[in-house]
Amino acid sequence: MENITARRYENGQPRLRRFHQARWDEPLIFELGRPGERGILPPVVEHEIRAVAGDADALLPKALRRAALPGLPQIAQPQVVRHYLRLSQENLGLDFNVDIGQGTCTMKYSPKVNDQLAGAPQMTALHPLQPEETAQGILEVFYRFEQILKEISGMDRFSLQPGAGSAAIYGAASIIRAYHAERGESAQRREIITTIFSHPSDAACAKAAGFDIVTLYPDENGYPDIDALRAVASSRTAGLMVANPEDTGIYNPRIADWVSVVHEAGGLCFYDQANVNGLLGITRAREAGFDLCHFNLHKTFSSPHGCGGPGSGALGVTEALAPFLPTPVVAFDGERYTLDGNRPQSIGKLRSFYGVAGAILKAYAWVMSLGAAGLLEASKVAVLNNNYLLKRMREISGVTAPYAAGRHRIEQVRYSWEELCAETGVRSEDIGLRAADFGVHYWTSHHPFVVPEPCTLEPTESFSKTDIDEYAAIMQHVAKEARENPTTLLTAPHNSTVHRVDPASLDDPSQWAITWRAFLKKREQPEA
Amino acid sequence: MSEPERGAERERRVGLIVNPVAGLGGRVGLKGSDGVAIQQRALELGAVPRALHRTIEALARLRPIAGEFTLVTYPGEMGEEAARRSGFTPHVIGSIVPAKTTASDTRAAACEMRRLEVELLLFAGGDGTARDVFDAVDQDLAVLGIPVGVKIHSAVYAISPAVAGELARSFLEGKTQGTHEAEVVDVDEAALRCGAVSTMLHGVLRVPNDVQRVQGAKAGSSKSDASAAVAIAKHVVARMGAETVYIIGPGTTTRAILAELGMEKTLVGVDVIHRGKLLASDVNEEQLLGLLDGRPAQIIVTPIGGQGFLFGRGNQQISPNVLRCVGVENVLVIATPEKLNRLTTRPLLVDTGDEEVDRMLSGYVCVVCGPDDLRVVRVASASLTEERMNRPSRQCR
Repeated sequence: MENITARRYENGQPRLRRFHQARWDEPLIFELGRPGERGILPPVVEHEIRAVAGDADALLPKALRRAALPGLPQIAQPQVVRHYLRLSQENLGLDFNVDIGQGTCTMKYSPKVNDQLAGAPQMTALHPLQPEETAQGILEVFYRFEQILKEISGMDRFSLQPGAGSAAIYGAASIIRAYHAERGESAQRREIITTIFSHPSDAACAKAAGFDIVTLYPDENGYPDIDALRAVASSRTAGLMVANPEDTGIYNPRIADWVSVVHEAGGLCFYDQANVNGLLGITRAREAGFDLCHFNLHKTFSSPHGCGGPGSGALGVTEALAPFLPTPVVAFDGERYTLDGNRPQSIGKLRSFYGVAGAILKAYAWVMSLGAAGLLEASKVAVLNNNYLLKRMREISGVTAPYAAGRHRIEQVRYSWEELCAETGVRSEDIGLRAADFGVHYWTSHHPFVVPEPCTLEPTESFSKTDIDEYAAIMQHVAKEARENPTTLLTAPHNSTVHRVDPASLDDPSQWAITWRAFLKKREQPEA
Repeated sequence: MSEPERGAERERRVGLIVNPVAGLGGRVGLKGSDGVAIQQRALELGAVPRALHRTIEALARLRPIAGEFTLVTYPGEMGEEAARRSGFTPHVIGSIVPAKTTASDTRAAACEMRRLEVELLLFAGGDGTARDVFDAVDQDLAVLGIPVGVKIHSAVYAISPAVAGELARSFLEGKTQGTHEAEVVDVDEAALRCGAVSTMLHGVLRVPNDVQRVQGAKAGSSKSDASAAVAIAKHVVARMGAETVYIIGPGTTTRAILAELGMEKTLVGVDVIHRGKLLASDVNEEQLLGLLDGRPAQIIVTPIGGQGFLFGRGNQQISPNVLRCVGVENVLVIATPEKLNRLTTRPLLVDTGDEEVDRMLSGYVCVVCGPDDLRVVRVASASLTEERMNRPSRQCR
């Protein structure tokens, strides 16, 4: 009998996987079906009902009635099912998309049992408008999870209302603005300081909240430049909004000094904890002196990420800033859980109701299943995995890990293929497109790039040594191909649903359309 | 520039110029190949000419469509040899003295190719070669550099020879349409060999519109970079005071300010505006001092090229006296995020020739990268040591 294991492994290392994505050349649903075709034929209303209800059209005010029928596809059910099944096969899909190559996103496994929990009738039948006394269970989950986040961060109060990490960051910027407004300094304190390798949300959310953005670059050693911070901290400073470790995976060892510089200038300090996955149970925002922080429950706490489910942010503050938190907050008097909406200093609501209940429940279940010791171990494994991958990547000629040379990283690394590009003309984007041929996900970095030809890899605690070895082997193989047969990379992907698209079209409004209606409009009026 | 004609009646032509000595100096540590003496010294040190090999690498990608155009080139090592070894039957023009070609041969060849109306001029070389091509053709032709040289700071080169060939093919097949402006920048090699760096913006050439494949455009696109420049210009113009005299330094980013005001800018010169009107263009130091005449003023500059010089290269008109007169606190630095990201592996540089002014300019500067978007970058003197500079001496803004 053939030894099938030997075919898949060589010297204990996984061989490259043979993979081909489904390719259906599937039309858009608007191009399918034909006029008059229907998926559902509602029955004609019975006489008895019509006699009581009258003419349904007459119940609608004229202003709410359509002048013409909506431009929906006209198509039968079986064709709809086949259409979407084909599209689903052309997707990498939620669970494959949880991959090492999507650095900064903390892609970790979302335990299926927690999905089942959140999908249980006790959860799905809940309505946010039902009376508090009938929703004591979920309010208790919110309350208990807040206590957990307080312990992990050292902060005094949390709001679970933000529907995304960016919503929490925007909430933090709004609190900073409200704090200075109350002290009569909002006209003067117009600047938020951030760093170029903090998550771009810090700059974007602060700008959306009306601030001017001051961005600092790293010093010669690859750490955020504290002399630059000293040069800009002033009576104009409203606050500091930074990640640590930054997206390079480098931890700023002088973070407490940073906080001091900004505090001395009269500003507040917000800790963007999108990159906190390697620090649970190891460092706390409070001990570094921060006034505010946030967590992404869909990253660090295993709730499904982005396209896999609604996100959820948690926004934490010190006691002094607690009155500004979004409204309402969950209160507990020792017997009953209530929603406290009587908060005159609050920045208001970041979204409707009080939070993404399903995502919060999944995060709570994840923490409870691990316990405090388990969280610490998860962080240690995430850091170990990352530094093992770093070691494997360093074995590949043409790729480097810029900044803080020779140092270990926390939970991710921003690599640079600059040397390989100079030698072969193959760019990081090409490598990513070729990686798709092996069924893995790969991400470069936010634009515009700071690290030349970057890629950002983050093997969270979810990945086994074999997973990491397989990913490193793909990178090794692709680097070899770049030297021996660059055309393969320059024309990749070959085994994917679509071949290369011209990225310039993504930047040109005359070439893209995100809806069928926009497409028809732009096709008819190309200059518009 | 008119679109290339694709009619069957007219012969399609592509130009090829090879600078055979480009890249000689790099491997032997000479920081460049400008000048006959250096080229001789490089050969003595064992340098191997790279231009031929790298040009062949590029032409290999063009070979499949060789039948669709005539390759026009100069004799021998200036293109003919590479063309023939790549399987082309080139139309050879001009004459050279073998092994003794100079920059004037490049310029003469480029001039002649412009006269012959080539659809695309490919040239293999470094920054010096790009400068020679610019001197001869300005913006009348679509051009593309095959990177050979030691120092390439100009954005007119493809990121590798193979990519140059691919891009040329895509352009000639009409898949890549139109051209965009790309900066021609050169470094003074003599100064570089003495340890100093010195960058100058020479002008812009037009290259096929594919920023993914061209040097210096490492992310985003020409569209996003150009729109960032417009956003900066709108931001700056909206904040201009009625009484202030504005001294605008060289560059494409600063040019957007004058464009926003409906004016043309001297790309490599210094212009002066006041009350939204052009007060003087392409001024010298003396004119600048005369125009200032005690009035409030602001200097707006953008870092130039690979080394990121703020003052002392390509804008010496803005002299130490002018800087003192205006005050270093009234210097506004602007740059698109893409450009600044490429420069921040080391400080921006100043070398005004006056130690005290250099020291005043050193420290940290807030660069305007967009509306309400400031980036803090260190500024250092190119000629002073760290200790003598006593950094950081200056509060940002």
